[in-house]
Amino acid sequence: MNWDSPATIELAREHGLTADEYQRILSVLGRTPNLTELGIFAALWSEHCSYKSSRVHFSRFPINGPRVLQGPGENAGIVDVGAGWVVVFKMESHNHPSFIEPYQGAATGVGGILRDVFTMGARPVMLLDSLRFGDPRVPRMKHLVDGVVRGVGDYGNCVGVPTVGGELDFHPSYNGNILVNAMCVGVARRDGIFFAHASGVGNRIVYLGSRTGRDGIHGATMASDTFDETAAEMRPTVQVGDPFTEKLLIECCLEIMASGLVVGIQDMGAAGLTSSAFEMAARAGAGLALDLSRVPVRTEGMTPYELMLSESQERMLLVVTPENLDGVFAICRTWGLDACEIGTVIEGTDVVATFEGRPAFRLPVGPLVDDAPRYDRPHVPPEPAPLVTFPKLTNRNWAADLRMLLAAPQLASPGRVFEQYDQSVGGATVVGPGADAALVTIPGTRIGIAATTDCNSLACGLDPFWGAANAVAEAVRNLACVGAEPVAITDCLNFGSPENPRVMGQFVSAVDGMAEACREFGTPVVSGNVSFYNETSGAAILPTPTVGMVGLVPELRHRPRGNWQAGETVFLLGPLEGELGASRYMQVVLDLEVGPVPPVEYGAERASAAAVRDLVRLGLVAAKDISDGGLVVAAIEMSHGAVGADLAIPSGRSLVRTLFGEWNGRYLIAVPADFESAVVRACEGLPITRLGVAGGGSLGFRCGTRVLLDEQVAGLSLLREEALKWLEVS
Amino acid sequence: MSAARRPRVAVVVFPGSNCDRDAMAAVEVAGGEAVPVWHASHDLGGCAAVILPGGFSYGDYLRAGAMAAHSPVMQAVRHHAADGGTVLGICNGFQILLEVGLLPGAMLMNRSLRFICRDVFLRVERTDVPMLGQLRKEKVLRLPIAHKEGNWFADPEVVDWLENQGAVALRYCDGDGHSGEGANPNGALNDVAGLVNAAGNVLGMMPHPERRVGSLLGGSDGLAIIRGLVEVA
Repeated sequence: MNWDSPATIELAREHGLTADEYQRILSVLGRTPNLTELGIFAALWSEHCSYKSSRVHFSRFPINGPRVLQGPGENAGIVDVGAGWVVVFKMESHNHPSFIEPYQGAATGVGGILRDVFTMGARPVMLLDSLRFGDPRVPRMKHLVDGVVRGVGDYGNCVGVPTVGGELDFHPSYNGNILVNAMCVGVARRDGIFFAHASGVGNRIVYLGSRTGRDGIHGATMASDTFDETAAEMRPTVQVGDPFTEKLLIECCLEIMASGLVVGIQDMGAAGLTSSAFEMAARAGAGLALDLSRVPVRTEGMTPYELMLSESQERMLLVVTPENLDGVFAICRTWGLDACEIGTVIEGTDVVATFEGRPAFRLPVGPLVDDAPRYDRPHVPPEPAPLVTFPKLTNRNWAADLRMLLAAPQLASPGRVFEQYDQSVGGATVVGPGADAALVTIPGTRIGIAATTDCNSLACGLDPFWGAANAVAEAVRNLACVGAEPVAITDCLNFGSPENPRVMGQFVSAVDGMAEACREFGTPVVSGNVSFYNETSGAAILPTPTVGMVGLVPELRHRPRGNWQAGETVFLLGPLEGELGASRYMQVVLDLEVGPVPPVEYGAERASAAAVRDLVRLGLVAAKDISDGGLVVAAIEMSHGAVGADLAIPSGRSLVRTLFGEWNGRYLIAVPADFESAVVRACEGLPITRLGVAGGGSLGFRCGTRVLLDEQVAGLSLLREEALKWLEVS
Repeated sequence: MSAARRPRVAVVVFPGSNCDRDAMAAVEVAGGEAVPVWHASHDLGGCAAVILPGGFSYGDYLRAGAMAAHSPVMQAVRHHAADGGTVLGICNGFQILLEVGLLPGAMLMNRSLRFICRDVFLRVERTDVPMLGQLRKEKVLRLPIAHKEGNWFADPEVVDWLENQGAVALRYCDGDGHSGEGANPNGALNDVAGLVNAAGNVLGMMPHPERRVGSLLGGSDGLAIIRGLVEVA
């Protein structure tokens, strides 16, 4: 079998194409493709590259808004944050490679998302990682956690972009498919944005960065398939990252773009040279002529098939006018990077390639990119979460319940993870990981950019619509706690196989819920990624539509804090009681994963978020969103393991829903005594309850004369610290 | 102060440096003019002080700082130091100073074998060197560390000799200024966080003063050190 052998239906199947899709290729071309052409079709028509099962549903997302400069369709979304600055951001999954080879899989996931952002002319300033693992007790899981954390850290630390946030969660549904979703946020001047267009007939195609090897061939098709027990055999399809080269690429590309020497630029991500060449040509409506013999290679004897499909990392494709070639090469030499010309922009709409002087392939751009198959796959709406009569939860030993909750990996302190990430390189980190949201300044300004990733997949599994809508609401609350107004989101939609109508039903429902919430909160979707086929031997993950939201503090005056200080008054803003459906209390303490998932009260959420945001901006309060583990866990977080509080719950309410309930848009806020009346006035019209005063070393909850809980905060915090203790030794 | 009269501080940029921009910004906050100097340069642009910033110079291939030690600019830094010029090495910059022999000892992997990023406390042991001249002796600073190789090591005789010389300028401690096992993040011998040479013009430190130069960034404990540097420039 040679790279130019004729394709067959069997080969097409091996490449993940269906018989129908193969027929479609034959009719588009009017001839039988060769093996290289087949490989290119298979990569571009893979679920990963074409979004063929999801695209028809995206029209329901709001994508426009007053701040949106670039919505979905480019390497990343762009929003205007004022004073001539823009924020460029995107989130992407690297799930399949990370399960096979956690260290390199996670590292190259970070590398890929960085390239998506700096390719647009933005300097990356924040990384966040939303991680989902299986039960830590199953074989290999601790190894996976350790490998992913080291991979994320070693890459981000070396390129010098701070990792400032993210999530860490555990659920057995991820035992065979972990999730690694990486988000990158960059900043640029509004007039310094670049797009991935290959325009201008006669312009030259320049290859920049690492040489091409055989690593990662078929990565895009692997990411478009489910796993079985032979997953480990796919290790050779995982790429290997080199963060040092990436760092040089960042500086080199930003310098080339700032110098105005480049027409278009795109990284070679999934499906490598194939996707970068065809997508750049498609966006410009142009053709390309490539000489594959000129592609710098790592090993001898690489064929056009391998050159087109390699996913070797840290490579870029540039479009440069002939007169600027020398200038571009000079900058590349300064940074010690290899660059060479490998082709030309031509008339027409075909990409043609030669290899060793003879034709390698000729393919039309339109059918491959814009007219890729789209499927409206059958989907059945998710069944409503069964109504369950909760057991009677009174007169419990609340302290024992709390200890159980705090010792669970889901509520563990992620400190051991975040400590392995450089959180403050860049000299702009105002709020780092472990808080509700991360916050950095744009250097030289007082503009604050906030970011958070959120998804409660337990809730999404019970009710995809309200689970996804609540993920958006949670992100809004998290931003409010650092004083930021929500601007826009990126998403990473992780699901099982789209060919399963029940999974597709979850997907459709989650998209609807997310779309509704984004409209209600005024946060358009400007970029995103879909990861299907997260299932092993037929068992799918919990639906995990992760939201990555960016927020803005136009004039940063005070550093937000998430902890209370002795003597401050503690208030609960929002309804006194939470809900127990899909709560950590039910999941961990009672071993019940049951609904209902409450709907989002948009009006109330918007009002309370606005109040919290204003108070935080003025430096009047410390604020914390009440989510996983409820009021008690939020209080422990605000104690920082050092300062306790004496808090009283009004009588006549459900104790368990007050202490451990979640949802409903609740915040815990702490106010210096001097500001108390001002804060109460500012919250007029909102439900607000004075709980007590911070101080001492113990956290007490009382109801009337009954002491519900009275525990040393240092001990409680230690429990959360120790829940991931095994990370130290694995 | 007019721009022309601001003291000029060179900030060396190696391929892979990633705290160079932060160091330059901190120099500007401290009232200086930051002058980037490329690793291939044979001089320091006439600056009286130089910062070797943090990062992963040359990818830290071979050993942290090992390749950078042989770059052209380090010849200039050596001559600069020999002539009494001020040199501050931060994190990877400290590792490079050890590799070129401007400061003694070597860095091992952290005791935990992991990258560690967290705030630490440091006790100021020397205030008679210009860069630390704005600080009070025994003052406790709070600064972030971010490294995988900060476990300073030297032979026992060398350690004794250095202690007698007073070469340990900054030592890890707890919030009250006390040294002890729990206060040492990486296993460095004698809680060494920063060393100064005999002449007092070369300081290497693992924590990052350039990241703490304003209240929005969590404090100004680093600013005093950067100011000390700017004032001698």
